[in-house]
Amino acid sequence: MNHAEQHPHEVKLRGIPGSPGIVIGPSFLFFKHDPTVQVRDIPAELVDHEVERLQNAVARSKKELTKILGYAEQKLGADQARIFEAQFMLLEDPVLIDALFERVKNERKNAEALVEEEFGKYQRIILSSKDEYARERANDLEDIRNRILRNLEEQKLVSRIEGSHIIISRNLAAADVLVFSRNDVLAYVTEAGGATSHMALLARALKIPAVVGVHQICNQVQFGETIIVDGYNGLVVLHPSPETIRHFEKKRAQYLSFEETLSNLRDLPAETLDGHRVQLSANVELEQELDFLKIQGADGIGLYRSESMLLGKEVFPSEDEQYDRYRRIAEGVFPKQAIIRTFDIGGDKFMAAPTHENNPFLGWRGIRAMLDRPQLFLDQLRAILRASTLKNISIMFPMVTNLKEVQLAKQLLAQAKDDLRSRGLIFDESIKVGAMVEVPAAAVIADHLAKEVDFLSIGTNDLIQYLLAVDRGNDIVSDLYQEFHPAVIRFLRRIIERGKKPHVWVGMCGEMAGDPLATILLIGLGLDEFSVVPAVLPEIKKIIRSIHYTEACHVAERVLGMETEDEIKAFLRHLMKLKFPEIPIG
Amino acid sequence: MIEREVTIRNRAGLHTRPAASIVKTAAKFKSEFWIEKDGMEINGKSIIGVMTLAAEQGSTLLLRFDGPDENEALTAMEQLFESGFGEP
Repeated sequence: MNHAEQHPHEVKLRGIPGSPGIVIGPSFLFFKHDPTVQVRDIPAELVDHEVERLQNAVARSKKELTKILGYAEQKLGADQARIFEAQFMLLEDPVLIDALFERVKNERKNAEALVEEEFGKYQRIILSSKDEYARERANDLEDIRNRILRNLEEQKLVSRIEGSHIIISRNLAAADVLVFSRNDVLAYVTEAGGATSHMALLARALKIPAVVGVHQICNQVQFGETIIVDGYNGLVVLHPSPETIRHFEKKRAQYLSFEETLSNLRDLPAETLDGHRVQLSANVELEQELDFLKIQGADGIGLYRSESMLLGKEVFPSEDEQYDRYRRIAEGVFPKQAIIRTFDIGGDKFMAAPTHENNPFLGWRGIRAMLDRPQLFLDQLRAILRASTLKNISIMFPMVTNLKEVQLAKQLLAQAKDDLRSRGLIFDESIKVGAMVEVPAAAVIADHLAKEVDFLSIGTNDLIQYLLAVDRGNDIVSDLYQEFHPAVIRFLRRIIERGKKPHVWVGMCGEMAGDPLATILLIGLGLDEFSVVPAVLPEIKKIIRSIHYTEACHVAERVLGMETEDEIKAFLRHLMKLKFPEIPIG
Repeated sequence: MIEREVTIRNRAGLHTRPAASIVKTAAKFKSEFWIEKDGMEINGKSIIGVMTLAAEQGSTLLLRFDGPDENEALTAMEQLFESGFGEP
């Protein structure tokens, strides 16, 4: 064995920073199985062998599901976990499984082909019904089918998730990240995805470093080898030399000590040196984050993503079920405020439309989907109202495109209030209502929207993707997704200028609000509220507390005069390096 | 043999989780168990069968038990359907 084989050369792979942090640790390749089944004839003498293969695959699938069921019970509760119990029962189903074995014995085809046929048959029956929940049931069948197929190919599932690992995968869904998060995951690296994919968002919320959009990493890395992940700079190092490891260990220690100094800011307001105070709140998805945002010193919750409670569900939660959740949020954050955003479904998130949409991001999502289902919307509005008795809850509507949508939503809110009054229930009569500005049309009519609401919150992720016509999850074009495109900056100026009224504030709950490179600029543009992932909150507070508002206004004016994103970023980077050499900039 | 008509009460109908509850309840009894809907009859002890029934909220099913403990099995199954499988 030569020297090069023992110590392969160091390889640096560039990706997109998904979630900050540096880790050095063993890799764990996670392959989501993508079955392509070929039909083969099985000679008579090998039929017994084929039966045995199927027996083994079913047995392994059962073993996996038993484990998953255990995790699910801990993470999601026994009720939600029953989905996996049902999948397990499918593996023991007398009709389904017996028929499969019969067919393998009699038809002399390979087990894969018959598994696909047999499951396909039932999926077609289910999908042929008009039942709107049919798709969910068909998906459950597909999960179990894929599990058997993978085990027929004797591919291992990530069963040994004990120990600390860096999870590497082609693609991860938000649900995968959630399921993995129970393990000691050091970091996530994916081939697909942009910085604002839902998976990256969740990794940040859970404070787990992540690098996304790393091309071809799965082909280059092996199970268990030590790699370096730099989530600040979107870098992955394979086969690192001892010197490189030392370098990153030092860098890691620097960042950690910097984060420690930030914790001293917890109880101090987000206020500039010359007394300009803004609200610095947190985006929250999981209830478990409540304690964390207190530790981080947030001014409350600027965005509670209510659709997170749909995760793993087949049906919309009832009014009472939602009320329980919202009340816990209200009590947990009291005396601070929480903004609950009504279900933002569709797009890449959770429950998609029951019918196929060619272009879901331009389709049935956000307030559009809820206005079309007034009973579900009323359930949610009543639940939020009932949780507002501490007077610390506001309601926010996502994906607003025109004034009428806000007016209709407010009418439903009035109806929900009437319902509660007739039931003799109390709520905050003067509950505040806001709209998200994430569609360019809403940005253009911000002044009109401001007449209908108490606040506007800019959702930069969608706003930028719609304004620049770039799919943020498409890694071929995701580098065209530019937060600092001059059009974006001009647009923000326009929204803030026109949206602000004596009684209407304008905030931001998109990724940009948590980007330290943007903080000074956003203060200068006059933003009233920043809602950011809890992990970056102290850093943003430190920047705000170290600058003058007048100076920030000058910065904003200069940036508004610039013509390219490169120019803007170079200017802001230079500024940050001068003022905050210790803050990592992506 | 004993038969009884029941109505689906929960909003989502017979989706995966209620299907699992039905099969689990049926498995506690020795009696054979069949469910009939719109002329289609399936083995109630098979989850794949129950999942393929397109049974939405408000639809009615005919439950049929045959065996030594058919009365007890029917009572248990009726209770399960009446509870809407513990769902809204």
